Amino acid sequence: MSSTNTPHSPTHHTSTIGAIGAPSRRNTELALLVFAVVIPVFAYANVGLAINDEVPAGLLSYGLGLGLLAGVGHLVVRKFAPYADPLLLPLATLLNGLGLVAIWRLDQSELLQSIKQAGTAAPRQLLYTALGIALFIAVVIFLKDHRVLQRYTYISMVGALFLLLLPLVPGLGQNIYGAKIWISVAGFSIQPGEFAKIVLAVFFAGYLMVKRDALALASRRFMGLYLPRGRDLGPILVVWAISILILVFETDLGTSLLFFGMFVIMLYVATERTSWIVFGLLMSAAGAVGVASFEPHIQQRVDAWLDPMREYTLSRANEVGHSEQAMQALWAFGSGGTLGTGWGQGHSDLIRFAANSDFILATFGEELGLAGVMALLLLYALIAERGVRTALAARDPFGKLLAIGLSGAFALQVFVVAGGVMGLIPLTGMTMPFLAYGGSSVIANWALIGILLRISDTARRPAPAPAANPDAEMTQVVRPS
Amino acid sequence: MSELTLTVMRLGFLAVLWLFVIVAVQVIRSDLFGTRVTQRGSRRDAGRAQQAARQAPPPQRQQASGGRARRNAPTKLVVTEGTLTGTTVALQGQTITLGRAHDSTIVLDDDYASSRHARIYPDRDGQWIVEDLGSTNGTYLDRTRLTSPTPIPLGAPIRIGKTVIELRK
Repeated sequence: MSSTNTPHSPTHHTSTIGAIGAPSRRNTELALLVFAVVIPVFAYANVGLAINDEVPAGLLSYGLGLGLLAGVGHLVVRKFAPYADPLLLPLATLLNGLGLVAIWRLDQSELLQSIKQAGTAAPRQLLYTALGIALFIAVVIFLKDHRVLQRYTYISMVGALFLLLLPLVPGLGQNIYGAKIWISVAGFSIQPGEFAKIVLAVFFAGYLMVKRDALALASRRFMGLYLPRGRDLGPILVVWAISILILVFETDLGTSLLFFGMFVIMLYVATERTSWIVFGLLMSAAGAVGVASFEPHIQQRVDAWLDPMREYTLSRANEVGHSEQAMQALWAFGSGGTLGTGWGQGHSDLIRFAANSDFILATFGEELGLAGVMALLLLYALIAERGVRTALAARDPFGKLLAIGLSGAFALQVFVVAGGVMGLIPLTGMTMPFLAYGGSSVIANWALIGILLRISDTARRPAPAPAANPDAEMTQVVRPS
Repeated sequence: MSELTLTVMRLGFLAVLWLFVIVAVQVIRSDLFGTRVTQRGSRRDAGRAQQAARQAPPPQRQQASGGRARRNAPTKLVVTEGTLTGTTVALQGQTITLGRAHDSTIVLDDDYASSRHARIYPDRDGQWIVEDLGSTNGTYLDRTRLTSPTPIPLGAPIRIGKTVIELRK
């Protein structure tokens, strides 16, 4: 694109310096996007060859489908956000495509088909991907400037609380395997928490932009820490209480960790006070320990984390309320080794329940090995890095905070899921963004990428060329001699 | 399918996946080692300035000082103090507005800034000028409060409330 950005021809004065225009890097994005579609197609063919000894029949339609979706997304970005970051769209497309392959691969498992855990998941996930990219396109087209979101600061707060409380409404909410985080609308299960993540980031950004001076400056120094005033501490206590309440009533450890973590990250960025991080960690630790001590569902997760082998044995002995998944996931990672068993040649379907959603990373760990999982984590890290980079480049505080909040939440979610599956922290029922099977997650994360793209477009766009100023000739310039 | 083919595909896939990661990192390398944008801008500016000098040498200004100003033409605006510290804006002949208004080029979140506080623009010779737009608390170039549009020397601090910006090469 850079070659087409010719400087404006000077019309009103010969010495006007034309807008040179930063390179938009859309061609870079297109090249990476082609790459990001080819890799999953390669993986798809590989799965078919390994399992059925033939190139899968759906290869062409699958490749065309993913390519078409990515292509439309690219054209819309080219038209409506020409200066946006060139990496976000290809990275998200690659992760989504690899997720589709892994879900299709688990669909082929007769074990999972027999217990109705998989079989037709991949076509559904492709449909969700299409919906997600449609929402992404809608965000890029209709959100002309991310700063309009600032007007909806407090509406966002109400909206986020509404979304979070929806699963508790009798008749609407569903209790699936111990967590009440789904609602059922017209036969579809929706996870409102995934969308609440984005809406809440808008509220935090708008709120902190206004209050950050009070939070940063009006504090007493005590033992090297800045203690905030009570009235400034109010909001953080409220958010903490809400996240604890989510934990108690919906028994959703992951979401409450995600919200509180996002708020602490944004507070730290807004105020530059380390004490907020100390407070945040202390409060989340206190909350988690408090809830874990009397909530059996959470208690069981912690037990499984501390001693997965004991949990496995109890589950094998048909004790109620125990799960063998945590140990099975670790075995899957272990049998993968450094280079993995190869696509379609692992046995991660033995995890049975939730093999293609919460535990999908175990499939990657077994079939692609450490090398593949490291590459995947780097892809996530690059998305988060581009988000933080967007925040650095943004020229308005609201955009900065929103970008850091969204990318922080994204990174935190990856950490919570990957850490849970790998046994670093207790397992939580969250989905790996883009990889895992689940409509709400894919759609919400595409919307998140859309907002990040919009902020990065505003941040990287060169300011418009000056209009011919009629006063310019008359301005008296005083030069110091 | 033979064992060999599958092994080749397995290793090939990992290689391709890592190749993508490496290519992606190459794309963002410019973040670490400066952007190509600035160089192109300065080269174009320099060429343009030479062209302008050839076409119409300004008679009332000393040739030497004019030449130095051109060679030392700033290419970017850098925020050095305040909440936006580290933000840079490439100078490409556009007017840069500063203030609390949401549509400013640099949105100042500062109680001492007016909504349309100041603007920075190039004059006909390409010299960058700062002009206070009738702000309440004033715009300071070095220590002096601005009363009229004033050319900005390279590296001179422009203070608006708690924010300090300067022009750099």
